[in-house]
Amino acid sequence: MRHIISLLVENESGALSRIAGLFSARGYNIESLTVATTEDPTLSRMTIVTTGSDRIIEQITKQLNKLIDVVKLLDMTDGDFIEREMMFVKIRAEGEAKRAEIQRLSDIFRARIIDVTDSTFSVELTGAGAKLDAYLKTLPDGDVIETVRSGSMGIIRGKKALTI
Amino acid sequence: MELSGSEILVQFLKDEGVEYIFGYPGGAVLHIYDALHRQDDVKHILVRHEQGATHAADGYARATGKPGVVLVTSGPGATNAVTGIATAYMDSIPMVVISGQVPSAMIGSDAFQEVDAIGCTRPCVKHNFLVKDINNLADTLKKAFYVATTGRPGPVLVDLPKDITAPQIKIPYQFPKKIKMRSYNPTVKGHPRQIKKAVELLLSARRPMIYSGGGVVLGNAANELREVTRKLGFPITQTLMGLGAYPGTDKQNLGMLGMHGTYEANMAMHQCDVLFAVGARFDDRITGDTSKFCPHARIIHIDIDPASISKNINVDIPIVGEVKQVLADMSKLLAQTEQKSDAAALDAWWKRIGEWQAQDCLAYDKSSPHIKPQSVIESLYKVTRGEAYVSSDVGQHQMFAAQFYPFDEPRRWLNSGGLGTMGFGLPAAMGAKMAFPDADVACVTGEGSIQMCIQELSTCLQYDLPVKIICLNNRYLGMVRQWQEFFYEKRYSHSYMDALPDFVKLAESYGHVGIRVENPADLDSVMEETFAMKDRVVFLDVITDQTENVYPMIQAGAGHNDMEISPEHKKNLGAVNPEGELA
Ligand SMILES: Cc1ncc(C[n+]2csc(CCOP(=O)(O)OP(=O)(O)O)c2C)c(N)n1
Ligand SMILES: [Mg+2]
Repeated sequence: MRHIISLLVENESGALSRIAGLFSARGYNIESLTVATTEDPTLSRMTIVTTGSDRIIEQITKQLNKLIDVVKLLDMTDGDFIEREMMFVKIRAEGEAKRAEIQRLSDIFRARIIDVTDSTFSVELTGAGAKLDAYLKTLPDGDVIETVRSGSMGIIRGKKALTI
Repeated sequence: MELSGSEILVQFLKDEGVEYIFGYPGGAVLHIYDALHRQDDVKHILVRHEQGATHAADGYARATGKPGVVLVTSGPGATNAVTGIATAYMDSIPMVVISGQVPSAMIGSDAFQEVDAIGCTRPCVKHNFLVKDINNLADTLKKAFYVATTGRPGPVLVDLPKDITAPQIKIPYQFPKKIKMRSYNPTVKGHPRQIKKAVELLLSARRPMIYSGGGVVLGNAANELREVTRKLGFPITQTLMGLGAYPGTDKQNLGMLGMHGTYEANMAMHQCDVLFAVGARFDDRITGDTSKFCPHARIIHIDIDPASISKNINVDIPIVGEVKQVLADMSKLLAQTEQKSDAAALDAWWKRIGEWQAQDCLAYDKSSPHIKPQSVIESLYKVTRGEAYVSSDVGQHQMFAAQFYPFDEPRRWLNSGGLGTMGFGLPAAMGAKMAFPDADVACVTGEGSIQMCIQELSTCLQYDLPVKIICLNNRYLGMVRQWQEFFYEKRYSHSYMDALPDFVKLAESYGHVGIRVENPADLDSVMEETFAMKDRVVFLDVITDQTENVYPMIQAGAGHNDMEISPEHKKNLGAVNPEGELA
């Protein structure tokens, strides 16, 4: 099953490589990994999307918890949470009909066109990963020049929070 | 007090109570060596290879329970240390390794003797630190010792760029007595409800089995284990790493389990209905095929490391905590509870175990014209009255030592169980001898393994470390040969040690005593002679039977009840029928 694991880690140069190294050394999957400093500059917040059986996910969370740089960990998938990912897409957009079609599709998905040339659009879109996938599918084959995805981030619903 | 980085390091080691460091100098640590030169509280042991330094520190740590400390230079010094760090990591041995690094400003420039020591060691340390600011040095060192020695212990590396240790830069120093780390708080006490459930399950067992591991040794919980085991009256077996935690000669002890465990221990594992795992991690050399592991048992597991629980084998009652504390709590509960174990069932169980024991699975051919490796260990046991510190290398000799030297005390048996590092034995014996100069210290080795760290014979002379090297010389990489005999139709590909040195002369050229023995009749007297030379290193080159194999053996894919047994053991079958499964 797919799991979204959120971590607070020491904001140290080695922390990211320890976490990435753990996944490669133990053969765990990483679908995506995002990381940035939090409002407390000594901490980074990381979101890892991974897949595996219950047993593997249990090992992943335990092994992550064992790393000295990991301050706190939460498997979001255990509760109610919101997931978002951001994507930029550069799309081939030549001719009036095609440009109108892309604009129409983008409206439906609430994607914003953030840059335009005479032959391309650059689009920004936020949502759950599935929505991003769906948007890409609607675009005509061969017209996607480039995609940039942030990887997923998550936050728990309600008053609970992952803080120290 | 204003000190330079090097002086802070040395003063810190003193304040931390470090007696010995094992090391080797080089450019990046010269400032540190200069500071070492100006004092004599912290004694430095100059090894002959950085691998030797790590194994010696490791042996010291295993024998004493105190952290081993290592000092190496950057680049090749650090990479040479990696094998020993990984060895300590796999066996959870507390160790602090200080590695020199090129000056901060040159890091990343492919400077002379630069290697990313943090990156190289990351997968085989509990944690590592790069010191970027001299003001963090003392705290970082304190953290390193704290992390290495608490929770599930392990090696920690501190990488020290040369500028941090420069004599010109001095700052005030104070020993950090305590350190807090927000992200590191190992659990100490086990959950009372889990402990209660465990005691209830234990007392309800009809065919119980206790399986204890290296965690009991590391956690200094041998006394608590003995108390609980005796109160329960249950059979107990130990892993290779756990030998000595429960007395090897005690009647409740069934010996080692696993790939080369005793027949009775493995059969009892297979048939038990409650398994009590104490500080053991269900390693693949223990479990064999996990789908056939303890098919009838409900399992209780005490471990300090939550990640060890249900990693390889699902357990029914996990207890996370320090094994010493948890066992003490259990012992108290056992004294209070009204519940009694089923005496009749236990009697029947012991009777069954007695039948397995009666087969004498470790029997070997005593009429051979060649010296049998087993008899060497028996002789060693006799001569040292079972009281020696015994290190070993890796191979058949290691298994024979584990099978034929029943340790009655913990921390006497020093071997690389997890990583299986050939070359461990001699330096580890040095570390133990350093700590216990008056005790007998033996290194049981093979002619293959000893050559992987033989250079340390020179260190033994310099520091007067009269260890005894008992080399089971079978002119083969014996364990490799055994697998080739069993699984590759005797195609002995590159397992023959041709062109061996004359170990007697080699020992002599290092300034030691060398003795060769080939005749079984001479074995005991030569062993006596070896240990009578209290203040000499003796290299006893025992020419052993080349064809001997280690039995019993659980082969890949087999369960505990499916062992390859020795020809001598087979002769003892007949009288008993142990194979039938119990309901
Ligand atoms: C550093 C290292 N390389 C290779 C091995 C694989 N290995 C395991 S046992 C063994 C043979 C050891 O031979 P020897 O020391 O003569 O011991 P014996 O088995 O003959 O008693 C080898 C090569 C190892 N354990 N460690
Ligand atoms: Mg050999």
